[in-house]
Amino acid sequence: MAKAKAETKAEGKVDAKIEAKAKVEAKPEPKAEAKGEAKVETIAKVDPVAKAYAPAHRVGMEVSIAVSHAVQLSRAEAIAAYPITPQTHIVEHLSSMVANGDLDAEFINVESEHSAMSACIGMSASGARTYTATSSQGLALMHEILFIASAMRFPIVMTVANRALSGPLSIWNDHGDIMAARDIGWIQIFVENGQEAFDHSVMAFKIAENPKVLLPTIINMDGFILSHVVEALEMVGQKTVDNFLPAYVPRHQLDTKNPVTMGAFAMPEIYTEVKMKHQVTLTNAYEHIMAVWDEWAGLTGRRYQPVERYRTEDAKVLLLTMGCLSEVAKIAVDEMREAGVPVGLLKLRMWRPFPFQDLREAVGDAELLVVCDRALSLGGPGGPVMSEVRSALYAAAQRPQILGYIIGLGGRDVAPEAFREIVDQAQKEVAQGPSQEFHLYGVRG
Amino acid sequence: MDKFGFAESQKYDTYASRLMPREELFTPGHRACQGCGEALAVRWVTKAIGPDAIIAHATGCMEIVSSGMPQTSWMNPWIHVAFENTAAVASGIDAGLRILERKGKLTGPPPKVVAMGGDGGTSDIGLQALSGALERGTNFTYVCWDNEAYMNTGIQRSSSTPFGAMTTTSPPGKRSIGQSTWKKDMVAIAVAHNIPYVATASPSYIFDLYFKIRKALETPGPAYVHVLSVCPTGWRSPTDLSVRLGRLAVETAVFPLFEVVEGKYHLTVQPHQIRPIRDYMKPQGRFRHLREPEMNFIQKRVIDRYRDLLAKCNVPEPEFPFLPEEAPAEEGK
Repeated sequence: MAKAKAETKAEGKVDAKIEAKAKVEAKPEPKAEAKGEAKVETIAKVDPVAKAYAPAHRVGMEVSIAVSHAVQLSRAEAIAAYPITPQTHIVEHLSSMVANGDLDAEFINVESEHSAMSACIGMSASGARTYTATSSQGLALMHEILFIASAMRFPIVMTVANRALSGPLSIWNDHGDIMAARDIGWIQIFVENGQEAFDHSVMAFKIAENPKVLLPTIINMDGFILSHVVEALEMVGQKTVDNFLPAYVPRHQLDTKNPVTMGAFAMPEIYTEVKMKHQVTLTNAYEHIMAVWDEWAGLTGRRYQPVERYRTEDAKVLLLTMGCLSEVAKIAVDEMREAGVPVGLLKLRMWRPFPFQDLREAVGDAELLVVCDRALSLGGPGGPVMSEVRSALYAAAQRPQILGYIIGLGGRDVAPEAFREIVDQAQKEVAQGPSQEFHLYGVRG
Repeated sequence: MDKFGFAESQKYDTYASRLMPREELFTPGHRACQGCGEALAVRWVTKAIGPDAIIAHATGCMEIVSSGMPQTSWMNPWIHVAFENTAAVASGIDAGLRILERKGKLTGPPPKVVAMGGDGGTSDIGLQALSGALERGTNFTYVCWDNEAYMNTGIQRSSSTPFGAMTTTSPPGKRSIGQSTWKKDMVAIAVAHNIPYVATASPSYIFDLYFKIRKALETPGPAYVHVLSVCPTGWRSPTDLSVRLGRLAVETAVFPLFEVVEGKYHLTVQPHQIRPIRDYMKPQGRFRHLREPEMNFIQKRVIDRYRDLLAKCNVPEPEFPFLPEEAPAEEGK
C-alpha cells in the first residue's frame, strides 16, 4: 500500500537511550538519514534513498495472514488462542506454521478465551515471548484476566479483530469490543490497512518487552473489512526483524533458582500505589512507543504518529476517525476539498496511552471537530472516543465545537457520502446550536 | 529425599517421620486459622513437591493467607492470577517451559508444574479450565484442597459441600435440610478424562499423601490429587480435632483414600473396620441439625458408594455391623 504520492520523509534516528536499554540490541540495518518535516501521510516511502532501507518484498495477501507472518517473523514462542470470527485466519495460519515447523513455538488450543489469556500469562511468566488474538465476545470473556495481565506486567501481544458485541449477535465490525476494554491498562493501537497491521504487529513486541514498559499491547484491526481483505504490502525479512527485535529477556520469571511470588494480593495500604505505578508506566510508555516507531521509520521509511493528519492545513472542519474508516474518510475529504470545503482528517492511532498533547496540537485552530465513533456508550455521551476527545480539549484556551457521530455499528457499511453528509449536518448543527448529545448516523425509525 | 527412590517405593509408612524432608517450603507466619487442615496439607504437599517446581495457585483461602504483598509463605516460584483459571495458567507455564527447553534457554531439566486450588476453584468455577488442561494432556499435577465450601468468603456452599451440611447459603430451616445435593464427584470427573494418575489424599495420612504427590509428579502427563482438608472454622469443629476428623473421614468411608493409575483403582488405606458416619459427623457443628432418619439416609449412601469403590478396587467387602437391617438389599447387584 505504499503510495508514491506521499512525501513524508523519515528521520531515521534511533533513540540512543532506548538502544542502550535493550541490552542485547544489535545494530540495526542501514538506515536512511533523510530529513524533512512531518506532514504526515501514514504509509510513506522515501524514494530517493530507497536502497538505504531494509530489504523488503512486496506481496499481496490477506491481512490476517500478513499478521500471522509478522508474528512468525517476531519469533513468538508461545501462543494460546481460541477461535472466534473474524480472528480465525490469524490463528489458523499460526497453527499451520507451528505444525510445519516454520515457527518454533508452543501452540495451546485452549478451551476458552478466558483460558487463552490465562495461559498467556503462564507462558509469559515462564519467560516465553507470548502472542494471542481474539475478537468481540472473546475479548469480553477475557476481560477479567486482561487487567491482571497488565497489572502483573506481562508483555503479551494480542491482535483484536474488532467486532460488535452481542446482543443481538453480530459477527461484523465495530469498535464496541475494545471500547468496553478501554481501561484494562494495556497499550492499545489502531491500524488502518494491511501494511500498518503488519508493521505494528512486529513493533508491538518491541514496545511491550522494553524493560521500561513491560506492558501487554493490543493491535486493533477492523474485523472482516480489514482482517479478511487481500492487500498489497511490503514485508521486511527475517534478518531485519531479528536485528530490530532481539530475543526476549524477561525481567522477572518463574525460576526455581530465583523463586519469586507473583500475584500477591494488596491491602488498602498499597493498592493505590500499585495502580499509580501502572498509570505512570502506561503514560510514560508514550516516549518508548515513539522511539520504536522512529526506529521502524528508519528501517522502512514508514513513519507513524499518535494522531495523524490528512489535509488539515487551514482546515476549519476536522473529522476524527480510527482504523479503517480513515481510508474512506480520506476519499470524502478529497472530494470535499475539491468542492471548496475546508475540511481535514485526524486519525487517532494511539488510543492508550492517550496522546493528549498530539491531539491538542493536531486540532490547532479548527472551528469544528466531528468525532466519528464506531461504538456506542449506551446511556452515556454517545461515542467513547468523542467523550475522551472532548474531555482532552476542554482545558484548551481555544477549542473547536466538538460533535459526536456514531457510524458503522455492527458492520453497517460506511461510504464516503456518509462523511460528506455528516460534515454538512454538523455545520448546520453548529449554526443552529447543537440539538442533542450525539447522532447515530443513518439510523432508521 | 531422592535417596529413597520414591514413587515406586510403597514402604513409606515404615520410615520414621524424621526421615521426611525438614525443609519448609510453605513457611510459618501465614494467616491460616487455628487448626487449619488445609495449611497442614499444603505444608506436606510442598515438602513432597520439593523446590524444583513452579506452583500456580487459585484465589482462595491458601492464597489469601499466604501472599499478602509484600510478604509470602512460598519458597517455590509461585503465581496467582485469578480464581477459575489456575489449570490454564499452569498449561501456559508448561508450554512456556517446553519451548524454553527446546530453545536451550533453561539451565537444567525443566521444573515440575503444580496447580493448586480449593474445591470452589476446582469443582465449580475452575472446572472448565481444569477439564481443558486435563484433556490437552498438560504435564502437570493439580492438587485440590477440598474443605467442602467457600470458606474464604464466609462458608458458602459449593458443589463439593456434602449433603445435609449447614453453610451460610445452605442453611437448615423449616423447608431445608441444609445442603440438598450430594457432593460432586470430582475424582470420577478427573478419571473420566483418562488421565494417567488420580488420587484422593488427606493430611491426616501424611505418608500416603506424600507418596501420592510424589507419584503424581513423576507421572508424565496430567495428574489430579484431591485432598480433603478439615476446616474447623467452616465445619464448626474443635480446632484440636482436625487431624482426628481427617482420620474419621477415612475410617467411616466418607472419604476413602485410593488412587486410580491408568484407570486401575487401588485402595491405599484400608481401615480394619468401618465406623458409622455418626462418629465423623457428631463433632461437626455443620451437621448438628441432622436427626436419626437423615443420618441413616446419608449412611446408606456412603456405604453404597464405598461398596462401589471396593468393587472397582477388587477388595472384598468388610462387614458393616452398624447398618440397619434393610441395607443388605444391595446383594442383587
